[in-house]
Amino acid sequence: MTRLTSCFERLKNEGRKAVIPYIVAGDPSRFGTVPLMHRLVDAGADIVELGVPFSDPMSEGPVIQKGHERALDNGISLRDVLGMVADFRQHDSSTPVVVMGYANPVERMGYASFATACAEVGVDGLITVDLPPEEVDSLRDQLELVGIDNIFLISPTTPEPRIKTIVQSASGFIYYVAVKGVTGAGHLDTADVASYMTKIKEATTLPVCVGFGIKDAASAGAVAGVADGAVVGSALIDTMAQTIANGGSEELATDNAISLLKSIRNGVDNVPTGV
Amino acid sequence: MTEMRSPEFFASVPDPQGRFGPYGGKFVAETLMTALADLEALYRDLSKDPDFQREFDTDLAHYVGRPSPLYEAARISDEIGGARIFLKREDLNHTGAHKVNNTIGQALLAKHMGKKRVIAETGAGQHGVASATVAARLGLECHVFMGAEDVKRQALNVYRMKLLGAEVVPVTSGSRTLKDAMNEALRDWVTYVDSTFYIIGTVAGPHPYPMLVRDFQSVIGREARRQCLERNGRLPDALVACVGGGSNAIGLFHPFLPDEGVAMYGVEAGGHGVETGEHAAPLSAGTPGVLHGNRTYLMQDENGQILHTHSVSAGLDYPGVGPEHAWLKDIGRVQYVSANDDEALAAFHRWTRMEGIMPALETAHALAYAERLAADMSPEQHIVVNLSGRGDKDILTVAAIDGIEL
Ligand SMILES: Cc1ncc(COP(=O)(O)O)c(C=O)c1O
Repeated sequence: MTRLTSCFERLKNEGRKAVIPYIVAGDPSRFGTVPLMHRLVDAGADIVELGVPFSDPMSEGPVIQKGHERALDNGISLRDVLGMVADFRQHDSSTPVVVMGYANPVERMGYASFATACAEVGVDGLITVDLPPEEVDSLRDQLELVGIDNIFLISPTTPEPRIKTIVQSASGFIYYVAVKGVTGAGHLDTADVASYMTKIKEATTLPVCVGFGIKDAASAGAVAGVADGAVVGSALIDTMAQTIANGGSEELATDNAISLLKSIRNGVDNVPTGV
Repeated sequence: MTEMRSPEFFASVPDPQGRFGPYGGKFVAETLMTALADLEALYRDLSKDPDFQREFDTDLAHYVGRPSPLYEAARISDEIGGARIFLKREDLNHTGAHKVNNTIGQALLAKHMGKKRVIAETGAGQHGVASATVAARLGLECHVFMGAEDVKRQALNVYRMKLLGAEVVPVTSGSRTLKDAMNEALRDWVTYVDSTFYIIGTVAGPHPYPMLVRDFQSVIGREARRQCLERNGRLPDALVACVGGGSNAIGLFHPFLPDEGVAMYGVEAGGHGVETGEHAAPLSAGTPGVLHGNRTYLMQDENGQILHTHSVSAGLDYPGVGPEHAWLKDIGRVQYVSANDDEALAAFHRWTRMEGIMPALETAHALAYAERLAADMSPEQHIVVNLSGRGDKDILTVAAIDGIEL
């Protein structure tokens, strides 16, 4: 069983939902990322999503765009990101790590060498924002060879027949992009999410996690009531960036991000199960 | 090989997945996939619909002013003493460039889809102006994304767009040029996908854009081919066009692709010189990758990050290029070359002074290369250059470079 599958199985047995923080590898600093990953896990993260910085992050709102820019200024490449996963694995062999990014750095590295490297360092899943099912086949084949899950996105604009096709080739979990828009947009409608979730759940038994638009305990809790997990990115990255912009240290920035994650963990856990 | 180069061969791309050989495709976020599928389905129907074609042709005739003339640049051709140079006068179109052919077509698609809001990215501002123009005419809300750097160097076009009622959104991320404007337009489209039609200004972006922009711009080549036959009794020996994203070039080239005797040259922006790394010439010096929805040649580093580009002309200052050009390069049908900033500026002045035609700085790259090419050819031979746009928008840039304050 893969780390992702056993993670969701454990959560299900415990009657809990997944909390999945997203951070950009190398933001705010190159050497802060691995310690931050460990602290996120200690604070209640079930899965860590590690963003690969890209020069043209087309699906990101301003907050995560700036995170990508800072990471690139710190000289972070895809290989560096994989190196961070290797470091993380020295002290954590159980928490799943999902790498999320854009196609071009992966294309440049080559699908086969990328997949091999992912397996070597202990990556569990991959989300490539701009590789929809129509374009992902050759990469997914490589990932499958080494047992890494390719995680598909489903959005509010995905029609039902297309949901059925997408879930057929999916593994790990489904990532439901809850809002039409870029990351960090602020108009998550829980009722909409719930009704769409029903359609996805009819098509698959895979866990479905929701991202985009979750920023605090309340929105995370609401999403956890209808989904198997909540992804939170912009809010964490913004908290860190604001702290540093106000003259705070990276340590303080991390502390603030950790408190936010803890409150999100509480928001998610306080939801009675079966809602 | 000859057999492979039949009209059917060239008509076989893009395939149903939107691929030109290994290039093209639909590399976008899931949220846009359904919008692209809808657009593709609509276009598939309308492109076979004689009423739609008639509507498009009527607009091109009476609103744009087509057909555009084919003009023999006698004085410069005489001076060079080589091949005769003919100009396909897209500068005489309404709004001053070839861009409007495409915006007329896409605005009709927007109308058929019932969209009330259009967005566009622009570099030089010509596509922005052309989009704002068709939006004004159809009463559509129009937002144009433009790199902050380009807002500065194309100030005249920014004001034109505002006069036309469009909102110009300066983009301050990344290199603050066309690439970043396109990122921002895609972000807007993802957010307002239900109400919005995205009018892409060149043969780039995800399928079906490279195909439909090509089809709309191919009127240039169809007219030029007919005009050459009528006027000279034969086809030209060579075609020359500048390549930013590649829409004016593909528009001229496409109808001639099966004509084996017609050589083709796409001229990229050499900037300070391709060897300096400061340029915008992905076909001359780039490698394949994925950006803005398609696989194509890109200027990128060894980690797959897109590089900043440099060109004196905002409309060529782009690190990618339309996927069909990538394919045409690989199969060897079109030669991709470059002209540097200083060559383009010299051509701008020369053509203005000797032919009374002030070209856009983008176009000046094509003219600079055509001069070189003509010199190596004989007076019995003919070159057609796509005079893609007029240079009024560039006079502030040219004056600044020449140290003149207006
Ligand atoms: C006059 C003119 N020519 C050429 C271009 C380059 O675009 P493309 O390569 O799509 O023709 C532009 C773009 O702004 C332009 O304004």
